[in-house]
Parts: sequence; C-alpha cells; structure tokens
Amino acid sequence: MRTLVAGVALICALAMPAKAATFDEQLATCKACHGEKGISETSEVPSLAGMPANYGLIQLYLFRAKMRKIEIMNDVAKDMTDDDLRLFSDYFAKLPPPKATEPADPAIAARAQAVIAKNHCGSCHNADFSGREQMPRLAAQREDYLLKALRDYKSASRPGYDATMDEVIRPITDADIADLAHYLARLR
Amino acid sequence: MAFRSSTRRALLLAGTFGTLVAAWPAMAQQAQPLPPGSPLIGRPENEGAMKLAPVAPPPIPATAEKVAGVAEKLTVSKGFKLEVYASGIANARSLRIGDKGTVFVGSRLLDKVSAVVDKGGKKEVKVIASGLYRPNGLAFKDGTLYIAELSKISKIEKVEDNLDSPAKPTVIYDNLPKDEAHGWKFIGIGPDNKLYIPVGQPCNNCLPPETHGQIRRINLDGSGMEVIAKGVRNTVGFDWHPVSKELYFTDNGRDWASEDVPEDELNRVTKVGEHFGSPFCYQGDFPDPEFGWGRSCSEFTPPVTKMGPHSASLGMRFYTGSMFPAKYKNAIFVARHGSWNRSKKFGGDIVAVHLNKDGTVKNIEPIVTGFIGPDNNYIGRPVDVQMLKDGSLLISDDFNGAIYRLSTSNGKTASR
Repeated sequence: MRTLVAGVALICALAMPAKAATFDEQLATCKACHGEKGISETSEVPSLAGMPANYGLIQLYLFRAKMRKIEIMNDVAKDMTDDDLRLFSDYFAKLPPPKATEPADPAIAARAQAVIAKNHCGSCHNADFSGREQMPRLAAQREDYLLKALRDYKSASRPGYDATMDEVIRPITDADIADLAHYLARLR
Repeated sequence: MAFRSSTRRALLLAGTFGTLVAAWPAMAQQAQPLPPGSPLIGRPENEGAMKLAPVAPPPIPATAEKVAGVAEKLTVSKGFKLEVYASGIANARSLRIGDKGTVFVGSRLLDKVSAVVDKGGKKEVKVIASGLYRPNGLAFKDGTLYIAELSKISKIEKVEDNLDSPAKPTVIYDNLPKDEAHGWKFIGIGPDNKLYIPVGQPCNNCLPPETHGQIRRINLDGSGMEVIAKGVRNTVGFDWHPVSKELYFTDNGRDWASEDVPEDELNRVTKVGEHFGSPFCYQGDFPDPEFGWGRSCSEFTPPVTKMGPHSASLGMRFYTGSMFPAKYKNAIFVARHGSWNRSKKFGGDIVAVHLNKDGTVKNIEPIVTGFIGPDNNYIGRPVDVQMLKDGSLLISDDFNGAIYRLSTSNGKTASR
C-alpha cells in the first residue's frame, strides 16, 4: 500500500509543470491528483469539488506558509499570490460535489451517527456534511482520505487552523474514526 | 488496506441488505435522542441552534478600505472617537507596547509576530519573528520582548534597537503541555517582576490533569515555577490592579451547556493557589452538569462579575492614562471577542468594568459596540486592548487583521 501511495505521488509530481504560468496550466497540476472534475481517484488525496471556498483558501495558505506540511502541496502553493489562493479555492468550490455510489453498512452507519450526535459534528459541518466557511465538506469524501485526516488530527500531526478539531477529536477513538470514515464516504 | 476491505464488506452487505440500506439517507438526517443527563438537554433543536460553529478569521488581512468601513460601522460611546491605527496584520491578537513606542502584535493562527512603528504619522508594519507556533502571547519589560507560543516562552532582548534585523527568539521556558485545545497563551509580567503563563483545560469540559487548568508564574529567566491559580478553564487576558496590585483575569466558560449559562468570568486572585471552580463549578453558581456532582460552588472562589454568555472575554487592561475622563481611572477595559456557541451572538464589543474601592465590581459599561452586525454576523472581532503613552487605547481585531485607536473626541487630556 505504501509503495502504491508513493507511486501515485510520483506520477502526480511528474504532472506538475516546472514553472506554472497560466491559470489553466496550474489547474492541470491540481487535476492531475485531485481529479478532472475535482473528484479524486488518487489514494489519500481529497476530492475538492464543492469544498467551501474558505476552507480551500485556508488550506492553500497553510501549504504556502508550510504550516501544513505535504511536500507536493508546499511546492504547488509556494509561488501563489493571495489572489491565486482565492482563484483556486473559488474554482473548486463551484464544481458539483462528489456523490456516494454505494450505501453504508447499516451497523457501521448507526455507530457513526451516534458518534456524530455526541460530538456535534453536524453543528459545524452541517447536518448533510456539505461543510461551510472554514469547515470542509465531508459527505462522499474519499474514505482513505477521511481516515488519514482524522488520524492526523488525533495524533496532532495535522494541527487544525484553529484548535477546534484538536479539541473535538480528543474523545474520539480509532474505532470511531474508522466508522466515521466509512459512513461519511458513503453519505448521500 | 482498510479502504479495500471495508469496500468489499460494504458491497457484500449492500447485496444482503439492499432494501434496508435504501432507506438509509432519510434516517441519516434524523437527530439522535440525547442520553439521560446530557448537558445538551434543553438545547433548542431548531435549525439555528444546530448551526453553531467557531468563527475562523481568514489568514489574509482585510484591505485598508474594508477596515476603514468597519471602523465607520462601529459605535463608540459619547465623548469617544475611533479610528484605524493600522491594517494588513493578518490575525492580529495580543498587543504590547515597547519603551520606544513600538506596538507589538501576536498571532494565534499564523506564525508571525509583527511590530508597528510610526514613521512620521504613517504606520509601518514589520514582521519581527516568523516560523513560530501559535505566537499569541506577548509581554514587554526593560527592552525585552517575551513571546508565548503554544508550548514555549522565548525572548528577544533589545528588540526595539533591531526591528529591521531582530535576533531570533531564545527559549527561556518550555516545560509546558502541547495540547492544541486552549493551548494558545496570553502572557504578562506582574508588579512582582514575574512572568505569568496560563495553561488552559485541554478540552471544552473535562477533568484536566494536574498540569492544566491553571495560571503559573516564573522568574524572567525561566526559573521558580509556581502555580498561582487553579480551576481556570481558559484565560486569554489578565492585568494587575494599579493600586492593590491584585491579579484580575478573564476566563471563558464552557460550551454546549446551554445558550445562556454559564457566563464568562472576571476573576480576582487574592491568595496564591486559589481555585476558581472549573470544571466543577462555572460562573460561581452553576454546578457543572457532568463534574459538579458531589461538589459545591461554595468550595471555589466566585468571579467578581459575570461577563456574559459565551462572550469570549479575552484581553483586558486597567486604564491608567489621563486622556479618558476621570471615571475611567483604574477601570478595566475588556475586549469581548464574541460568542460562537450561541444562536444570537453576544459580545463583540469593548466594555469598561468599573470597580469599587474594595476591588469589587460596580458596573459594566459598553464603550465600543457593533462588531456583531444586524444580520448576526461578525464585521470584526476584538481580541486585546493596549494603552498608548498618550492615554488612547489600541484595540486589535483578528478577523480583519487590524488595530483601531480609541481616544476622546477632542483628542486632548480630559479635564478633571
């Protein structure tokens, strides 16, 4: 699995132009990993279609400032201007969001819903998990990405922009995380 | 790996329970019943109350034009005026002033500490330290700037002599937990020449370890740590009474108990080691629904006043200047950042807390209001206040990345 991820990362990296000039050229770089329509087919790479623009802008800022460390993204964002941050986050926010194709396991879904109710997840991410403002869309996101993101919050290897997720994730167990990722990835 | 196996399992189950799962999306929309004893019982289950989220300021500061527009929309109480002091300082948080008049600005979400210098009436903003981790807290003493990151305190000596090429901060104290929740810090140096450092509760509401939920103090070289207050959930502002020298601090109450209770607190430390209640008792008279069992609020020191529900009372300073009218002498100016965990937002203002001679609270007077717009959204959010030498008061706004200056309308020293 690790080799596979590394391989995908390499292909993505090769798709990057040496010095991106136009918006379309830069966009091609994004789409190489995040999918032609912003719906990712790449392991542990999130779908960006329908992602709230504020969330996108903040993440791009964090990548540019190397406050969130993912080498490919740090490189992509390195030379972006403030206007670029707005342009790209607005672009992906306007794409039609991903749709889940397969239903969730009912037992897992029930457990996930209990965790969601107890921890007020829907209060920020919306009841339908479409996200808003600085809070990402989670519905129909890639399961492997949700797993990674939640585990990274839990281990503090991905500190949040503000500390909300760091506080929220505290009582959530790894078993909960697996249930949440399964359920949210299939949420319609 | 986990993805593949769960996919396979889901496909298998989808075949088996095809008809059952077809009804699932509808069920997913329904709210779960609350468990007995849940602190959320009584929370209105309407759409508005279900849509409460912390408000994150953008990482890019608002333009100067936009900030000017915000300043115009704010309301100041009679006899005062407000103007933009500086803009373009993303996520401007704690404020401190140097001996030579430099205004230092901390940041919670970004990695920088900035300095604002006056160049013939024009404000110049310089980044004096970067690559820091949540450098929210600042203190200044004898030419040295102290910076509080999430889990360490560092200093830059003779900082105002080298604003264009300042030395890197050197760490003086890092025996601090690394929790993100309530881990960002406000710091200050007391009349005892010691540096005061809060360690917040690492959660909304929990029984924190012995190392958390407190205010500590250390010597300026990092030695001699002593815990001076306990039962502190999350203080992001404190100062010392100019006459009694007692420490007053704001403390933020817990979330999700209800819309109106508990309120934030303004506390006074009268003896070392006092316990201010959290998480057993909030606002002096509200036994916590989870941790208050078997405890009594009378075990703990109550606040000198309640500061409003979820108001996020943050930075505060005693007013010792002579520009404002005499009744503000030794009053406390408090920045209330404003609520998120409340349907109708509360706070978003600067208030003056007037004290009696014995240090108790006389009343709370709004001074700058209107950070919450008529549509229940923020147009800005005040974080800290800092007096300038002329007696005017600076106010930081982390939402717009700006600093405002509050002065009296005639700009002169008020007559006594």
